Amino acid sequence: MSQFETVIGLEVHLQLSTKTKIFCSCANQYGCPPNTNVCPVCLGLPGSLPVLNHQALLYGITAGLALNAQINPFIKFDRKNYYYPDLPKGYQISQYDYPVAKDGFLKIKSGGQEKRIGIKRAHLEEDAGKLVHDNMFGCSLVDYNRTGTPLIEIVTEPDLRSPQEAYDYLNTLKLTLQYLGVSDCDMEKGSLRCDANVSIRPIGQSALGTKTELKNMNSFRAVKMALEYEVRRHEQTITSGGKIFQETLLWNDEKAMTITMRSKEQAHDYRYFPDPDLVPFAIDQSVIEQVRKQLPELPQDKFLRFLSQYGLSEYDANMLVADRGIADFFEAAVKEYPHAKKIANWMAGPVLMELNDRKISINELKITPQGLVALIARVEEGLVSNLAGKDVLTAMLNGGKTADEIIKDKGLAQVSDDSALFEIIDEVIAQNPTVVEQIKSGKPQAAGFLVGQAMKKSGGRANPKKLNELITRRIADV
Amino acid sequence: MSISKEDVKYVAALARMDVPEDKLEGFTRNLGDIVHYVEQLQKLDVEHVKPTSHAVPVGNVFRQDVVKASLTHNQALSVAVEAKDGCFKVPLVIE
Amino acid sequence: MNLHSLTAHALMDLYKSGKASPKEAYEDVLNRIKAVEPKVKAYVRLVSQQPDYSGEFQIPIAVKDILCVKGEEITCASHILKGFHPPYDAGIIEKIKKSGGTILGIANMDEFAFGSSCESSCYGPSYNPWDLACVPGGSSGGSAAAVAALEATWALGSDTGGSIRQPASFCGIVGLKPTYGRVSRYGLIAFASSLDQVGPLTRDVRDCALLMNIISGYDERDSTSVNRPVPDYTKALVNDVKGLKIGIPKEAFADGLDAEVRRSLENAVDLLKKLGGVVHEVSLPHTPYAVATYYIVATAEASSNLARFDGVRYGLRARPAGLRKNALVDMYEETRAKGFGDEAKRRIMLGTYVLSSGYYDAYYLRAQKVRTLIKNDLDEVFKKCDVILTPTCPTVAFKVGEKISDPLSMYLSDIYTIPANLAGIPSISIPCGFSKSGLPIGLQLMGKAFDEEMLLRISYTYEQNTQWHLKKPNL
Repeated sequence: MSQFETVIGLEVHLQLSTKTKIFCSCANQYGCPPNTNVCPVCLGLPGSLPVLNHQALLYGITAGLALNAQINPFIKFDRKNYYYPDLPKGYQISQYDYPVAKDGFLKIKSGGQEKRIGIKRAHLEEDAGKLVHDNMFGCSLVDYNRTGTPLIEIVTEPDLRSPQEAYDYLNTLKLTLQYLGVSDCDMEKGSLRCDANVSIRPIGQSALGTKTELKNMNSFRAVKMALEYEVRRHEQTITSGGKIFQETLLWNDEKAMTITMRSKEQAHDYRYFPDPDLVPFAIDQSVIEQVRKQLPELPQDKFLRFLSQYGLSEYDANMLVADRGIADFFEAAVKEYPHAKKIANWMAGPVLMELNDRKISINELKITPQGLVALIARVEEGLVSNLAGKDVLTAMLNGGKTADEIIKDKGLAQVSDDSALFEIIDEVIAQNPTVVEQIKSGKPQAAGFLVGQAMKKSGGRANPKKLNELITRRIADV
Repeated sequence: MSISKEDVKYVAALARMDVPEDKLEGFTRNLGDIVHYVEQLQKLDVEHVKPTSHAVPVGNVFRQDVVKASLTHNQALSVAVEAKDGCFKVPLVIE
Repeated sequence: MNLHSLTAHALMDLYKSGKASPKEAYEDVLNRIKAVEPKVKAYVRLVSQQPDYSGEFQIPIAVKDILCVKGEEITCASHILKGFHPPYDAGIIEKIKKSGGTILGIANMDEFAFGSSCESSCYGPSYNPWDLACVPGGSSGGSAAAVAALEATWALGSDTGGSIRQPASFCGIVGLKPTYGRVSRYGLIAFASSLDQVGPLTRDVRDCALLMNIISGYDERDSTSVNRPVPDYTKALVNDVKGLKIGIPKEAFADGLDAEVRRSLENAVDLLKKLGGVVHEVSLPHTPYAVATYYIVATAEASSNLARFDGVRYGLRARPAGLRKNALVDMYEETRAKGFGDEAKRRIMLGTYVLSSGYYDAYYLRAQKVRTLIKNDLDEVFKKCDVILTPTCPTVAFKVGEKISDPLSMYLSDIYTIPANLAGIPSISIPCGFSKSGLPIGLQLMGKAFDEEMLLRISYTYEQNTQWHLKKPNL
């Protein structure tokens, strides 16, 4: 058991899904060719001026409310001054002392325990451009398309006590913001980025140890690994009599280690001051209430409701809630066909599997809730077997036809007709005299084998219940 | 407060401006004079005074979230000192 | 006919009666430029675009080298912006073009508007048309000199601490700094964003009102632009000041005011009284702190506004030989060392200093608070006065080179003009006399926010009852 306690704080930057950038009318769009989505404002051309996107502020308030934070009745924007080629004005417009939201919390589940993670603040700011380094030609190239993309930076209190907790927090935060629809939280596209502060201290000590700042993690897994690495490094350094220096480290995914930044600013003196180009904003209580009314049900509330309203297992409820699209699909399906558990089984099982195989989201799936329940109903009626049902689902997703059309086309309807089934059963009985003997000598469970054999012969089309019944009857008759 | 050569070097570095040794003395004297002059503000009692950032009180100025035409790629790059592959080219940045 | 010596409203009359065409006026002014520009050096360059002679107000205009004009080289008279051609028009350049304005050339200025003499321009100084050994004032010195030397019918300048009014005073013309937010700043290259305002430099008050009609108004691209209707400023041109209350701050007539300037101002006050104006002595106890306040607020904002000139995108880029820190930082430091002149460097360093860690509260925050006190002083006076009258400058134009080695004494020449910028209120400078040496003297009026009309009315009345504005320099 370690003699140290780990203390972690996270800073998460999320790109907001507005239509335009935060301070200009350029499209907020990912993946355009370099420097094709820029204007004088986001290029920082001399004389250009910023004007705040109303939607960006509303999204900021939305996120703040979902994080149980206080919305500041008065907010302003400040300039954070530093030089970097991806920052076209030589300062970033951010919020210093009056952020949009402060003093909130997010409940997470970690190791079976529920825990509240304090949210220190959430503020709006503009994103920077992108730099590509060309070592061969000894130059760097700047693309300013991303410049001015609205960001919300969400800063936790140093409340996280392990890399696993940090990982769980990130997943909960991501899910919450996806539910709100304010960000797509896609780390691969860079719309979610996470920096971490980590320190350790002897158990029982209240003063914080020296922290290091970790950057350049491009997945939640990488955040966890970087933190694990760094915690180990801190422990080893301190127990061997060394000292941790406050510094910024870059995570190197290939080498699986943190590396000191070479070009570190000698001092961070950002010279924050109120941006005179932007006016202050008063946020009326009525606006806050308006936004609050429009908040969607958040994942944790939905989870609890799914347990009580539909009697789902925690496992199923979790699977469904983990994606707002899936949860909505599920509820739409339940409205059509009031067998929630059966639908949940199908969604958490075959439907999710199809989504994973196809690497698509539920919205991209070629099936409606009505279409899915039509299939489930056929299975429940016994028209097709469970197994065949899964094939029908695959076919529905491939071709866009209805369950009934596919069952008919492929002749998948189960054979329940006694005479046709007896034909198969007699054959199986003739081929397996020893099994028949076993059944007769008082081992009825051996009949399962015969059912399986008969099912095989029917090409999976036989009704298994009916088969079982008929086999038992036949053997008793013999 | 007086201004030292070290202060001048510090702000010059923050402002990314090289100040050669032979100019350092002159700038230190100039800045020292000005800082000495503005010290007169310390005489005033401003404890209960609110700061003014904007002389004309205007607030809540928004833009609607509607896309408008941007510069063309050629217009954007027309100002570039140096360009390569559709990007602004700069000396190699070492992280 | 000397079209170049006429006011814009006189030209408009000739256009209407068919006695002259905009093309004739434009070409006549160009000829005048050819004749006197080598002496005055009001322009940094003439524009490449030819006018298309359409629109209502086809008046030949000079534009300060600080407003973005699409496709023209715009540099703020700084090496660091050499070669920069903005791909867009400033909000008010759009308005000028739409109104038919014919842009003659880009007028000289102090580098990034840092100065009161035009001497810090990277192109060298402009000269005062009344005495070529003297400065035209600054920072809009080129604009003022062009109008006074009859090299432009009117001009656009920008005013952060007096940069329209002081050169107007030195050159014997009319200069107005509008209320903050009255005129769009979109496309005005920022010096101090909370103080900057674009305004007209003209030969008389009627032209000032006409140009205000063209450039005023809301611009959704400038958050600080104020959305309120624009009056027809020419309606304010009423020859009557009876009963209007004119405040004279006792602080403005304290020591340090030149005796000739004082005498001219006293005569002007007497005339306004005779015309029915009611004069009150008032006090603005915090105005002696205005210069100190201004140099903190303005340089702090400037240090940040000028950070974008770093050699990465446009303008100058130095290519350092050898390696000191790293390729990028070396490029930054050498570009900015080579690109900025000494005054720009001083102001950037001062602004950086007052914002830096540990000094913010003592300097920047305190200055913002004193700014409140100065604004409160003015608000208090405007409860009982319609305008406040002061000299525009403590002296007439000084000699080229006289103050260049003493930045602080240069700063103090803005002592009367700075309060209006700090408070965001409108202020005008009009000619009110000449020194024995033949240099113009200016009178400044400050008004309530958005009450440019009152300034125009009193200025117009004064002008109708004096001849100062009709005098022309011999060149």
